[in-house]
Amino acid sequence: MRVGILYSRVRVEEKLLFEAFARRGVDLDLLDDQTLVFDITDVESHPYKDFDVIVERCINHSRALYSLKILNDQGVRTVNTAQVADICGNKLLTTSALAAAGVAQPRVLVAYTPESALKAIEELGYPVVLKPTVGSWGRLLSKVNDRDAAEAILEHKETLGSYHHSIFYIQEYVKKPGRDIRVFQVGPDTICAIYRTSPNWITNTARGGASSNCPITPEIADLCTRAARACGGGVVALDLFEDPDRGLLVNEVNYTMEFRNSIAPTGVDIPDRVVDFTLKVAKDGWAAANGWTDEGPHLTTVTLAEGASA
Amino acid sequence: MAVNTVTGQAQCPECFADVTLTSVMQNEITQCPDCGADLEVTSLEPLTLALAPEEEEDWGE
Repeated sequence: MRVGILYSRVRVEEKLLFEAFARRGVDLDLLDDQTLVFDITDVESHPYKDFDVIVERCINHSRALYSLKILNDQGVRTVNTAQVADICGNKLLTTSALAAAGVAQPRVLVAYTPESALKAIEELGYPVVLKPTVGSWGRLLSKVNDRDAAEAILEHKETLGSYHHSIFYIQEYVKKPGRDIRVFQVGPDTICAIYRTSPNWITNTARGGASSNCPITPEIADLCTRAARACGGGVVALDLFEDPDRGLLVNEVNYTMEFRNSIAPTGVDIPDRVVDFTLKVAKDGWAAANGWTDEGPHLTTVTLAEGASA
Repeated sequence: MAVNTVTGQAQCPECFADVTLTSVMQNEITQCPDCGADLEVTSLEPLTLALAPEEEEDWGE
């Protein structure tokens, strides 16, 4: 079996994946996104046609998305697919896909001008959270507590940001109990979860949130399995909020997940489970690896990734 | 292609400390134990460290 891994840098996660594949006797082809060149017009004899599957581990969303799109169009199986990257790489597209599938999530309003955004913020009521549609590690999230702050942030985003910062994604602020839940979903299986606890309202472990094991309940497994399918399936990490009135809400779905801080508290060999899934995709295809009896959701996506953060 | 790893020492470009590296790969990200700088292994022969790149425009996920 020929397995490739497309990567930007060798972080802890990539190294753990390399080691997990090696334990299965899989000799990986390493594809460095800093040096590779795609001949996107050559669909007959391109260098990836002999690969059974390629795992994407790029840090840069645009590189991941375009590489997966090219590979999928050339008939190469990938983990994840371009469709998953497209939806999960953009919070607006994720929210829309989850809404279409009836998955519980915080309320979100979208507006295109500072004036309409202010109206939307006041409709939701303070505080609200403004998020860039593309980005991670909790960067450039703004918790807006009052009208003065709203007016200042909307003006800054419109003046200082690129056009994509004028797509105002406005989420209600969920009063979570000082923590959220990060859940790891691999195909049809909800394999483990951690609580991310922080005195700050941003709980990412990359921002200093502490992690501890969160037992998988039937409710968590059902919600995450449905949410992952809504976004195209695959290997994803979901962030859940515990709302005191509505129960669990899906906040985000991440498609090139980091997991270094979650192996020890959960005791689950996450990279090994990713290898299992990858080999199943290579052998049986995407739908079977995801445990779908049909072809999966019929999703249409639009790409708005370019230059969408910073 | 086999995954090549190297064990040895290299100098931190930030604080010039000697950093001991164990089974590192090309492009691996590591941290200087002295100054805490994020470093990237830019060469295995000779073993060389450079400051890891800052987050780029849309680095995410």
